[in-house]
This record gives sequence, C-alpha cells and structure tokens, in this order.
Amino acid sequence: MELNTQMHLLNPLSPDLKKDSTREGYGKALLELGEKDSRIVALTADLAESVRVHYFAEKFPQRFFQCGICEQNMAVVAAGLAYAGKIPFLSSFGAFSPGRNWEQIRSAICYGNANAKIVSTHTGLTVGEDGATHQALEDVSLMRSIPNIRVLVPCDFEQAKKAIHAAAKINGPVYVRAGREKMPVFTTQETPFELGKISLYKDGSDISIFASGALVHESLLAAAELEKEGISAAVLNVYDLTEMDNSTIEKYAKKTGAFVTVEDHQIKGGLGSAICESVCETHPVPVHRMGMRMEFGQSGKGSELLKHYGLYSSNIAKVAKEQLKTKKR
Amino acid sequence: MKLNSTKELALMANAIRADIIRMVNAAKCGHPAGPLGLAEIFSVLFFSEMDFDPKNPQKERDIFVLSNGHVCAGSYSAMAHAGYFPPEDLLTFRKFGSPLQGHPSRKYFPFIDNSSGPLGEGLGIACGYAAALRLDNKPQRVYCVVSDGEHDEGSTWEAALFAAKYKLDNLVAIMDRNYIQIDGTTEDVMPLDSIEEKYRAFNWNVISIDGNDIPQILSALKQAKDCKGKPTMIIAKTTPGKGVSYMEKNYKWHGVAPKDEDAAKALSELAAERKKIEQE
Repeated sequence: MELNTQMHLLNPLSPDLKKDSTREGYGKALLELGEKDSRIVALTADLAESVRVHYFAEKFPQRFFQCGICEQNMAVVAAGLAYAGKIPFLSSFGAFSPGRNWEQIRSAICYGNANAKIVSTHTGLTVGEDGATHQALEDVSLMRSIPNIRVLVPCDFEQAKKAIHAAAKINGPVYVRAGREKMPVFTTQETPFELGKISLYKDGSDISIFASGALVHESLLAAAELEKEGISAAVLNVYDLTEMDNSTIEKYAKKTGAFVTVEDHQIKGGLGSAICESVCETHPVPVHRMGMRMEFGQSGKGSELLKHYGLYSSNIAKVAKEQLKTKKR
Repeated sequence: MKLNSTKELALMANAIRADIIRMVNAAKCGHPAGPLGLAEIFSVLFFSEMDFDPKNPQKERDIFVLSNGHVCAGSYSAMAHAGYFPPEDLLTFRKFGSPLQGHPSRKYFPFIDNSSGPLGEGLGIACGYAAALRLDNKPQRVYCVVSDGEHDEGSTWEAALFAAKYKLDNLVAIMDRNYIQIDGTTEDVMPLDSIEEKYRAFNWNVISIDGNDIPQILSALKQAKDCKGKPTMIIAKTTPGKGVSYMEKNYKWHGVAPKDEDAAKALSELAAERKKIEQE
C-alpha cells in the first residue's frame, strides 16, 4: 500500500508497531511543557494517574491542583487561574469533563476566553470494561457546538504529544480528546500536524475515508484490504474538528465522489456531522457515517466493543464497497 | 479615589442606589432588589477596601469576582464612579451595542474580572485567581461577592471545599444574605440556615454582619485580612430593595424593573435619604 510520503508514516500493517495510548502522550507532553514554561499548571478531579497528570504532579507539586471529585469547580478554578495568567490543563474522563461541567466550560472558559486546555483521557468505546456511563461518545459534539474553542482529536501517542504542544501554544480554550487504550503508533515525530488542516495519509481515487482518533489506523488497514480488491481508497486524518478544511473536503468530493466517515463517537455532532456540514456547502456527495448509531455502549474489551459495533477494518472496507454504489455516474 | 469617612461611603451607596433605579428603569428590565441591598458593600469595596488604578486596569491590582452577575447594575455604578468609565454610559445598561451587558462580560472591559450570570461559578473562579496569586507570591487579594441563593448550587460547595483545602487566606467572599431568590424566600425554596455553621464546618473563617452597616463591613474586611490559613466568608445580612420602601424585603422585585412612576417615587425617597445623610 502506498502511503503519502510527505506524512512520514510508519507502515500501518507492520506487526512491529509500538503500542501506546494517547493519554500517555498527553502525560509526557504535559511534563515537557511544565519544564519549559512555569505558567503551565495542571488540575484533575481525583484521577491523577488515570489521566496521566501524575508525572507532572510529581515533578511540579506546587503547580498541581487536586480538585477532588468536583469537575464543575475544576473548570471554574482553571478559568480563574487562566484569567490570572496561568495556562491550566484540566483533565478527567470525557463523561465527566466535558460531560458534567459543560456549562462551566461554556461560560467561564469559552465565553470568558480563558486560556485553559480541557483534556479528556477516557473517551469512546475504547474505555471498555467500565461500560456505557464511562464511555464518552458525545464529547466532540458537546465541544464543537460552543464558540471560541478548538477541538483536537489526535490519532495516536505521537500525535497526542503534538496536539498537547499545539494546545499550549494557542492563546485560548482548547479541547483535546484522548483515549485510554494502547493503540499502534504509526505517526512519527516528522508527521505534520497543522491546525485547520486535514492530513491525507493515503491517496485514492474511488472513495474517501475520513477518520479521526483511534480509528484512523483501522481505516488505513481497511484501505489496504480494499486495494487487494482493486479499489483505490483515500484515507484522510481529521484531527482538528474546529473549522473544517473545506478545500481538502471539496477536492476529495470531486476526486472520489463518495465518502465514509469513521469515528469512535456518536454519528451525530462529531466527525461525520462535520464532514457533512462542509461537503453540503461545497460539492455534495453521498456520505456514510460510521460510528455509534445513537445508542449507548456496554462493558467489554475496547477491541471487542469496536468489533461489536462494526468499527474495525474489514467492516470499514465492506461499508466503503457498498458506498461505491451510491456514487453518481 | 478613596473615601475615608462613613458619611462619604454612605453618600456613595446612596448614589449607587439612584443609579440602579435609573439604569433598570431605562433598560425596562433588570434586577433592582439585589444590588440595592448591596450598595454599602459595593461602596466600601470600591472606595475603601480594594486597591486598583482605574486609569490603568491592566496593572497588578486586587481582583473583584462578582458571582451573582445579575446584581451588576450596582457594581457597574461603583466602577463608573471609581473612574473606570463615564457615569453617563450607565444608562446604556442592557441595551443593544452597550458593553454594559445584562450580565457582566470580560469581553468588553479589562477591569471586569469574570463573565458571570450562571450561578455557582464565581467562588471557584475566585479560588483560581487566589491560587494563581499565591503561586506567584503576589500580595493582591481576591474579593468575591456571592448570593445566598446560589448556595443551592452544588458547585458553590465544591469551591468552598477547594478554598479551605488550599488555605486561600487571600480570598474573602461576601455573601449577600438577603433571604430572597426568584421563586420566594431562600428558606421556602431551599433552606440554607444555618449558613454560618455550614461554612464553619467547611473550615472557613466566618464573620456575620449587617451588610447595610458600613462600619461593620469595614471591620469585617479588616478581620478577614488578619486571618491566616483560612479563606473568609462574610455573611452580610442585607435588606433586598434597601432604600426603596415598596421594594424592601419583597422578592417580587428580584427581576422586575420599576415603571416610570415607581422609579420617580424611588428616586425621591433616595434623594430624601441623601439629604438626611448630608445633614448628619
């Protein structure tokens, strides 16, 4: 399979890919930031190790705020710290932040224009065994609907580090969606991460697969399967879900004529919606949105759940083949 | 501009009250009862207690967090008299295109320290400011005005836990204990007493005062400064609608503007009160 060489990716099919989590990428990047910039402070709500801010807390105890199980207060304390010139990173599970504290994020952080960074480390079905209450499948939708916040969804450990460094550089509110499970690391330090852009990881002419987060890797595997059947699929990584990269979306609408979107999130309000919103305004083509089809998850291993809900490479390939039939001739 | 005597501070409170009536009357909507009850507190905070330079609001200064943003007619008035903006602008309150939003916003002024309106957020924001000042070893203090009604919000108590845990003695909160909220009295809607005991149990330094008594406010703020290792909550019992006979202690004036005739009556009562203070 021929990847876009400009992206400096590792072979997604390689069995030797290192596995790590995006939450680990967050924890490591936060520690690096903390060493460089004394304005960086971290807050959590009784989940320091789970959200990987314990590395920061051990090194910089004075700049770490253990808020207790108080996600609402964590958000407003972070706002106050930000108004006073600090750069707070506040973290919990996505179900509780932004799930529990959405209004505080809206009013104090976004409307109040606090230079605060909300990082959720447990999102999507890959949260796994904890079950439906803990599987945030609506967080991107919640955050995308608020003005004045950038929404970033990195696809692996390496990209999570880049997203966190980028978040620190942005002067304003940012949401970063991370995940719990260790996943293959196929991007590299050289892989570009540009705000406002969609990255083309593999070019193709028959169909475009737009993917975000944990499912970018599965989408590349799907493209490899499709290639064996003579179908040329483009795979595009959408890590910035704020304002969409309309020109890239339009270009691939014209080039391929059919889209599949793939995300570990409800099909309403996340990546699928964002792509539809954009393509409708430029060059409408049929879009099949893969994700949770407006239901709650359940307990199980992350991989079992992704399989059960159809979010794996062979099924993405199958859906893509079906989607080819919808193309206008 | 510092006012050094109780009389001057009382005259300022009276001027703030007259502004509140003119502002909500001109806007034909707004919240008169709360800020009328807080006039002495705003007067003391802006003209005696807090350190700030209205010519240079970006300069390091004390922080003022208004948690119950709906009482902003009073704080806007105090800010205008203090020199942050011309008092004539007060009559644009709540009108299209005015920076004097119905609930205050950081977006429009560098001297507004928090965007407020949704209740139960200000105390936590004040904690964030206080924690940041502490980290930087800054001497400035954080003043937070909260309502009693917003103690229905669980998030207020989350902030109360946080402030005590981090021993934020550079934070002083003043609770407008006026016993009213939108749907009735606080003790009918959701009983809060004894609010003093609750805060003591949360490990705060608690001071109870008559919130319309200027010497008591001054003395409580002094005690708050002297207290080390704990945040201070001043429970200020105020009379909602204070200074306007038909509004006093009537929860129905929480969010209703007086009509022209009622406003004129209120202003004449306040003018009479002003004469009384001047003659004292």
